[in-house]
Amino acid sequence: MEMINLTIDHKPVVVRKGATVLEAASGIGIDIPTLCYMKLEDMNIENKPGGCRVCVVEVKGRRNLAPACCTEASEGMEISTHSIRVVNARRTVVELILSDHPADCLICAKSGNCDLQDMANHLGIRKIHYQGEHSMYREDTSPAIIREINKCIMCRRCETMCNDVQTIGVLSAVNRGFQAVVSPAFEMNLDHSVCTYCGQCVAVCPTGALTEVDETGAVIRALSDPTKTVIVQTAPAVRAALGEEFGMTAGTLVTGKMVAALRRLGFDYVFDTDFAADLTILEEGTELLNRLSAFMAGDQQVKLPILTSCCPAWVKFFEHHFPELKDIPSTARSPQQMFGSIAKTYFADKIKVKRENLVVVSIMPCLAKKYESSRPEFSVNGNPDVDYALTTRELAHLINLGNIDFKSLQNEDFDAPMGESTGAGVIFGTTGGVIEAAVRTAYEIFTGKQLPRLDFEELRGMEGLRKATIDFNGTPINIGIAHGLGNARKLLEEIQAGTSEFHAIEIMSCPGGCIGGGGQPYHHGDSEILKKRQRAIYSEDQNKSIRKSHENPYITKLYEEFLGAPLSEKSHHLLHTKYFDRS
Amino acid sequence: MPGIKLSEKTIGIIKQVCSDFRNEGSELINVLHQVQGKLGYLPAEVQEVIAKELNISVAKVYGVVTFYSFFTMIPMGEHPISICMGTACYVRGAEQVLSEFKRQLKVEVGQSTPDGKFSLNCLRCVGACGLAPVVLVGEKVFGRVSPQMVKNIIAEYKEVGASEAKSA
Amino acid sequence: MKIIAEYNMHILVCGGAGCKASQSEMIKTNFKNKLNEYGLADEIQVIMTGCFGFCEKGPIVKILPDNTFYTQVTPEDVPEIVDEHIIKGRIVERLLYLNPETNERVSDSKEMDIFKKQIRIALHNCGIIDPENIEEYIGRDGYSALGTCLSEKTPEEAIRLIKDSGLRGRGGGGFPTGLKWELTRKSISDQKYVVCNADEGDPGAFMDRSILEGDPHSVLEAMAICGFCIGADKGLVYIRAEYPLAIERLKIAIGQAREYGLLGNDILGTGFNFDIEIRYGAGAFVCGEETALIHSMEGERGEPTVKPPFPAEKGYNGKPTNVNNVETFANIPAIINKGAEWFASIGTEKSKGTKVFALAGNINNVGLIEVPMGITLREIIYDIGGGIKDGRRFKAVQTGGPSGGCLTQSFLNTPIDYDNLVAAGSMMGSGGMIVLDDSNCMVAIAKFYLEFILEESCGKCTPCRIGNKRLYEILEKITDGKGELEDLNRLRLLSNVIKDTSLCGLGQTSPNPVLSTLDNFYDEYLAHVNSSSCPAGQCKALVNYTIDADKCTGCTLCFRNCPVGAISGEKRGVHSIVQSLCIKCGVCFEKCKFDAVLIA
Repeated sequence: MEMINLTIDHKPVVVRKGATVLEAASGIGIDIPTLCYMKLEDMNIENKPGGCRVCVVEVKGRRNLAPACCTEASEGMEISTHSIRVVNARRTVVELILSDHPADCLICAKSGNCDLQDMANHLGIRKIHYQGEHSMYREDTSPAIIREINKCIMCRRCETMCNDVQTIGVLSAVNRGFQAVVSPAFEMNLDHSVCTYCGQCVAVCPTGALTEVDETGAVIRALSDPTKTVIVQTAPAVRAALGEEFGMTAGTLVTGKMVAALRRLGFDYVFDTDFAADLTILEEGTELLNRLSAFMAGDQQVKLPILTSCCPAWVKFFEHHFPELKDIPSTARSPQQMFGSIAKTYFADKIKVKRENLVVVSIMPCLAKKYESSRPEFSVNGNPDVDYALTTRELAHLINLGNIDFKSLQNEDFDAPMGESTGAGVIFGTTGGVIEAAVRTAYEIFTGKQLPRLDFEELRGMEGLRKATIDFNGTPINIGIAHGLGNARKLLEEIQAGTSEFHAIEIMSCPGGCIGGGGQPYHHGDSEILKKRQRAIYSEDQNKSIRKSHENPYITKLYEEFLGAPLSEKSHHLLHTKYFDRS
Repeated sequence: MPGIKLSEKTIGIIKQVCSDFRNEGSELINVLHQVQGKLGYLPAEVQEVIAKELNISVAKVYGVVTFYSFFTMIPMGEHPISICMGTACYVRGAEQVLSEFKRQLKVEVGQSTPDGKFSLNCLRCVGACGLAPVVLVGEKVFGRVSPQMVKNIIAEYKEVGASEAKSA
Repeated sequence: MKIIAEYNMHILVCGGAGCKASQSEMIKTNFKNKLNEYGLADEIQVIMTGCFGFCEKGPIVKILPDNTFYTQVTPEDVPEIVDEHIIKGRIVERLLYLNPETNERVSDSKEMDIFKKQIRIALHNCGIIDPENIEEYIGRDGYSALGTCLSEKTPEEAIRLIKDSGLRGRGGGGFPTGLKWELTRKSISDQKYVVCNADEGDPGAFMDRSILEGDPHSVLEAMAICGFCIGADKGLVYIRAEYPLAIERLKIAIGQAREYGLLGNDILGTGFNFDIEIRYGAGAFVCGEETALIHSMEGERGEPTVKPPFPAEKGYNGKPTNVNNVETFANIPAIINKGAEWFASIGTEKSKGTKVFALAGNINNVGLIEVPMGITLREIIYDIGGGIKDGRRFKAVQTGGPSGGCLTQSFLNTPIDYDNLVAAGSMMGSGGMIVLDDSNCMVAIAKFYLEFILEESCGKCTPCRIGNKRLYEILEKITDGKGELEDLNRLRLLSNVIKDTSLCGLGQTSPNPVLSTLDNFYDEYLAHVNSSSCPAGQCKALVNYTIDADKCTGCTLCFRNCPVGAISGEKRGVHSIVQSLCIKCGVCFEKCKFDAVLIA
């Protein structure tokens, strides 16, 4: 590898050719502040338009300051990262951004989590010397995402996520000069667009320009209504990230504390979405096996590969972009919706509460779950199966509102019956997890044999596109995995072209899967955090006594008492759905 | 979206232009030029067809349309009036001429009069600096325009319209 | 096709934008009709040429071979020119240029001040050949430079020649052209591109347009030479869509060059392939910046990207791309034909050859001129330009457009070249040269350019997007009479940061008009700030028009011309201005023959 010698702040540095000044500096512990720059290592996600100009440095011999994030280190370069000239420029640039930014930090959803606020504080800005007109755009509220574009600083991160990573193309820079802003076409509302509500734009927005629809107020009102029984379900990825909101290291599992906190907040029953994940495996796994068997019996009509359908952003994606493939995904509802549906029938009956008096709240790592719960097919006479879908961040906010000292809480267990789950349900939270869970069950049902091992390393990882062949006792089953909708698109195009080699494909919209969801604590561009969350998920699986969905005794009971069998008529009615052409 | 419904014929024209450029996304600007040339402007519905034909996102099309001043989403007036705001024209009083047009037509730059007769725009140097300040009405160039001439220039076109209407 | 030499006489009608705007098309038609009437159509050719350069006195008609130069010709003058000049051989005196100093009529353009000090290299065919006829270009050594390169030189030798000539980019920055070619040649790739930047965006420049309209083949030939030198087989001309005539002529020229085997495959039987396509700009000044231009050609928003990588390494479609502007290319054939030494003998030590300027503003001879580098401003303004209009006082010259600055009285004797202009706080830019007199307010000029920048900034980087907006707001405050002394300091501080931190050349130079006027006209800023007055009387908020009762004769001229009816008074009685209605357009001031309208 060719190496480059340069000096940064008088310190000699050796870096590989191609490294940027920013990377070279960080290698020797010099922290150059950045704002628009974002790089998610190992995921091929990079945003460096060189637009904010906060990372400018002095390069000896160059007339102008250079942006460290996109200036390549070259032999003999002499860099000053914090000279007075640089500091003055940096402060002025941030002052300029603030001069076109609403100063409503006191009531901004992003306060305390805002890169711009941090930057202003870091640079010690106490006065804005250049005041003037602010750009004015109208606020746009959709089922999941709020756009307060007055707060846009043109970092272009959302554009990178929406176009390059997710290939949705809802957002683009529009207009130019002072009017330039990132917006959907014709500045239309998001809910008129093909937005999937994956929330990756929100996940990377450095300011309050893109935030989630906040439903904590509605949940507080429900909790304080004595006529309501309020139950909560928590998605698998939440427990691997919630601790970060309370200053705990990324990757700390906080399942027990989370349950305790939810009880303190007054939820009548604290349940687990993982329970519904196990249920999903039985429904979806059976569907896969049926299709496989038919295929092997020579049925030409059968649709393969089967695609997972747990991810609502992914569902909306293919409804918009690949409507002709809408028969291919599993018809199984997502765990969130299965939970809601069972809760408002089976469980409501059990505790003798009328449907309209039972409020189902879900805690999700996801913004699209808000949208999903609002889809009309998931409600009965206008009463939704899931009333409110809060994000991990919103839950943290609720816990703070309740003045609960999260870190010192004692672990508590979920309630029965819908709080019991297996390790297979837990790994739904990461890319590769749903299909691994499905394999654990499908294998045993298909072959009638016990699995020799439960950890399918070949299905795990952070690669955007992965594939593996699992030997089902002599029958090779080809499995594809994609996370990030751009990667999903590639697999769908193969299916369209008839070249897909897979029997089953797992798709999750967010990079990393739900652990990287749009509703998770902000990762601020640090992909290590995602990896740590992933490790936490797998360790929870390891520690579970039951790790296969079909062995979950409460699921068995549910079928016995209520549903009958997977894909029964009742199951179809309550646990399956259909898809719409939205092109 | 406040919708206009495109006729089959219009959609056909747009599709033809796109296919003339091999439906390649990289030809977007050429396509927009051609389509605007044929239709006069690029409303949202037209951009949607173009996006579909070129297989690019409509947000991208809109991003490009709003970037370049040559592209317009509103129909031009019957007589588009353009004031040259090049430096040579500016130092010879183009600003006063512009404000007089705004005052007389009661429109801002980039707008059309309610009757659709006139639209007002600025453009950069047209290379007729010897005639500064310069005003274009359609293809016709008026040189050495003063604020006092504005009234007559507008009147000329109002009358043209009227007499054409009469003879028609 | 018949070429010049085959006709007895030629009538050249200027087809430049200014002349066309003054009905030169009709003049051409009238000539043709009249000659037909006399059955002379086969003997006398009527050609619509590119810009002659003397736009102030357009439309221009030139008669060859006797070189008679008629000015301000109208379509109605045509019969007289034909009857008198063509038929009887008598020059129509009244249409000749009147030398304002000697009061004598001048018939030969070579004798006119505006042309005397010019050296025409880039413009050498403009106003002489029929740009729509390749034969005429070939007849004046056209495409011989390409032939020389292909048959007698290696690419390295040709690049050496360009390097030795000292030619620097005429689009603004002045980067050495030969070096640029060499860098692109050295980039290894299966595909390279030659791009001609014809997206002339400086609001006071029209030389690229004039070259393309008057001599398109020179650019095509140079692009082919460039392709040969750097190893490219494809050329693209990125041209402003608002230049329909230039586009039309370029298309004709490309078609003819292909027909003649001067573009396409196996050019001149040498095995060299090169073809040219046209791409249209759509009205974005920032696309003059190479990387923005390339993104625009790729169908994207014309946003610049950080350099390096330079287009020479990674340009159009990610391939090595050499971008030069029209005027730069137009110099190439002459350099190949006449040699590097010849070219280098013109100009100053570090700036060789000539530069085309669009001389405009408050000057008598508005026009397109090409002068040797090193000429002084004084020569341009007074000898070529004929001095300041209406006998007013020279105040400054603005060069470099929105990226440039102002040169004052004290620079009148400075030789003009790239480096001296930068040292003087301005820049060469693409060649707009706007002459300002004492009626122009320098704060307003700075504001004018900032407004232009505001409209043209792509909005990608913070300093240009927001910084320039804030600069503009401060200037607006000052011209509205609400400025404070501290604002002048803030202007300077902010300008320096914008220059230092902006992403591309547009932003990095955008505060130049502010800094340059602050440096040279600080007193004028102070007057606005300290005493709320605009010495030039241009800032409307700071002036009031009043009528001097002693001087007013009651002629009613102001009353009749006031566009808003703000003047009252009876015929032969003293008039007065109703301040609440007055829009300060200044018409009354201009119209009054008795200096009775006062600006205060």
